[in-house]
Amino acid sequence: MDLYEYQGRALFAKHGLPVLGGGVAETPEEARAIAEELGGRVVIKAQVKVGGRGKAGGVKLAGDADEATAHATNILGMDIKGHTVHKVMVTNTADIAEEYYFSYLLDRANRTFLCIASVAGGMEIETVAHDAPEKVAKVAIDAVKGVDEATARKIVQQAQFPADVADQVVSIAVKLWQAFVAEDATLVEVNPLAKTADGTVLCLDAKVTLDANADFRQPEHEGFEDKAAADPLEQAAKEKNLNYVKLDGNVGIIGNGAGLVMSTLDVVAYAGEGLGSKPANFLDIGGGASAQVMANGLEIVLGDPDVKSVFVNVFGGITACDAVANGIVQALQLLKDRGEEVTKPLVVRLDGNNAEEGRQILDQAANPLIERVDTMDGAARRAAELAASGV
Amino acid sequence: MAVWLTESSKVIVQGMTGAEGSKHTRRMLAAGTNVVGGVNPRKAGQQVDFDGTKLPVFASVAEAIEQTGADTSVIFVPPAGTKSAAIEAIDARIPLAVVITEGVPVHDTAVFWAHAQAAGNQTRIIGPNCPGIASPGKSNAGIIPADITGPGKIGLVSKSGTLTYQMMYELRDIGFSTAIGIGGDPVIGTTHIDALAAFEADPETAAIVMIGEIGGDAEERAAEFIKANVRKPVVGYIAGFTAPPGKTMGHAGAIISGSAGTADAKKVALEAAGVAVGKTPTETANLMREIVTAL
Repeated sequence: MDLYEYQGRALFAKHGLPVLGGGVAETPEEARAIAEELGGRVVIKAQVKVGGRGKAGGVKLAGDADEATAHATNILGMDIKGHTVHKVMVTNTADIAEEYYFSYLLDRANRTFLCIASVAGGMEIETVAHDAPEKVAKVAIDAVKGVDEATARKIVQQAQFPADVADQVVSIAVKLWQAFVAEDATLVEVNPLAKTADGTVLCLDAKVTLDANADFRQPEHEGFEDKAAADPLEQAAKEKNLNYVKLDGNVGIIGNGAGLVMSTLDVVAYAGEGLGSKPANFLDIGGGASAQVMANGLEIVLGDPDVKSVFVNVFGGITACDAVANGIVQALQLLKDRGEEVTKPLVVRLDGNNAEEGRQILDQAANPLIERVDTMDGAARRAAELAASGV
Repeated sequence: MAVWLTESSKVIVQGMTGAEGSKHTRRMLAAGTNVVGGVNPRKAGQQVDFDGTKLPVFASVAEAIEQTGADTSVIFVPPAGTKSAAIEAIDARIPLAVVITEGVPVHDTAVFWAHAQAAGNQTRIIGPNCPGIASPGKSNAGIIPADITGPGKIGLVSKSGTLTYQMMYELRDIGFSTAIGIGGDPVIGTTHIDALAAFEADPETAAIVMIGEIGGDAEERAAEFIKANVRKPVVGYIAGFTAPPGKTMGHAGAIISGSAGTADAKKVALEAAGVAVGKTPTETANLMREIVTAL
């Protein structure tokens, strides 16, 4: 999960990192209240999870509370690269003398963590790495040893931070590592890490990505979820513990196993070329496919008004196909009993464990909505055709 | 020969007394795997009866190795305990640890991986978030169904469990030397490259299927490795051409970040290395069948 800047800043503050005073506002009035409390010059920053806010007019300086209110009024509701601004952060301003860059991130390729540090901050680090690679220090971090003061000092030396800020950057590097580990983050990025005119080093931006696999031991992270901005179907699926991603096509997809479902989307997309049919979603119902799980899945997939047909693609590994077939038949009945009768055609492909038994169950149910096709490619083609001809 | 797991492998199960662990211990035994015991400090000294096969429960991996000569551990311990279970296996210097558990925090995986390196890399780790490894007709360590297909000359390495099963099913007429599910997490112990190198060296493997998916650059690096080191024919499949950027597609590691990790880039890299890449799993299987038939 990517955090908003104001959330990242709050995490930084919690772990003792130096940040500017401020708060987050959803209305111009709230922005005014924060500006008045801070006093003097403030900066108003749009809270969106996309870069290039400044260029889009989403970051403004204000001399007083009136000006802050006016900027907040303009910025709230603004569209930045397809993201609507619902919140602004209001903070004190800093008199910046120098801008640096500092981050820790997961290095998948080397199966460890990486520190990237540079004295050329305030711009995209990829740009710096491209134009002036000698200014970017990359230091592999041993996941067991972590970053202590000695390691931090090595990083500071390697990145050639000026001597007058070295001690402060060392302290920030250690605290930022502690935050990175304690919060189960896969990215903490400070850009810019700034030296102000009085020589103080501050974290002026906070970009944080958290590992969802660690949610079980990070109860506070649930509070960072932006439920209002989430797709309503994705939100509903999450509440039912289903792994669902909304896409923009017309063939609903239900399958078991992340890889097989991803593959199903691709196969449907190929089959739909020329027909105008595309996958409408990713939905992995996982190992067990009980009637209840199948009903929940169908309910979510059919909750998307663009869906014209549904492709249920199951390979029974551990899961038995007869259980899946029973799940489908019972799920349709369950939805009917609830007054949510399914009217879209379902193409079902079952293979693997107990596939024959599963196919028989579907045949015996003789539900005109269920069409059985026994190969993945053939079933994808049929689902794409049905979606193209559907109304 | 097969790769890493053979009929002589002695397997223990960490988490054997839990729901998943006991279910799959029973299945592994039914598949002919030589399971010699389980580990659970709270139930040490007890025996568990699996349809007539009585397996001892040991207090630690070290004790299990000492008592049974075990050389492979399959780990079903839930996410909160996976790191310490893996570290215990590494400290006991077991040659192969297969981590099935899904949902392990990546900080934990990075720590036990670093721990294994610091311990001199004595333990091959497969996973986490993987279906395990199966050498059909010989042994099965994990949750790959044993009845899909029998022994044969294809080696399979895959990030995805169900695509592993699908591919084994598609090519059930030919059979497999070993199928290795390396897992869909961003940090995994055994990579495509490790598996490719092992298959290249394995006399029973004549051709290799490699299944990848969006996220990271493991497939691109595997392509470079194939170009330089693999003489056996390789067929590839990549899932996730239609996945949108920035969304995690089921597997924690399956995410396109910016312009990195796309299926297209992986396909291009593999084809440049001379790997035939199928558009669908079935087409991929057909490419493999043609190759094996011509051998």
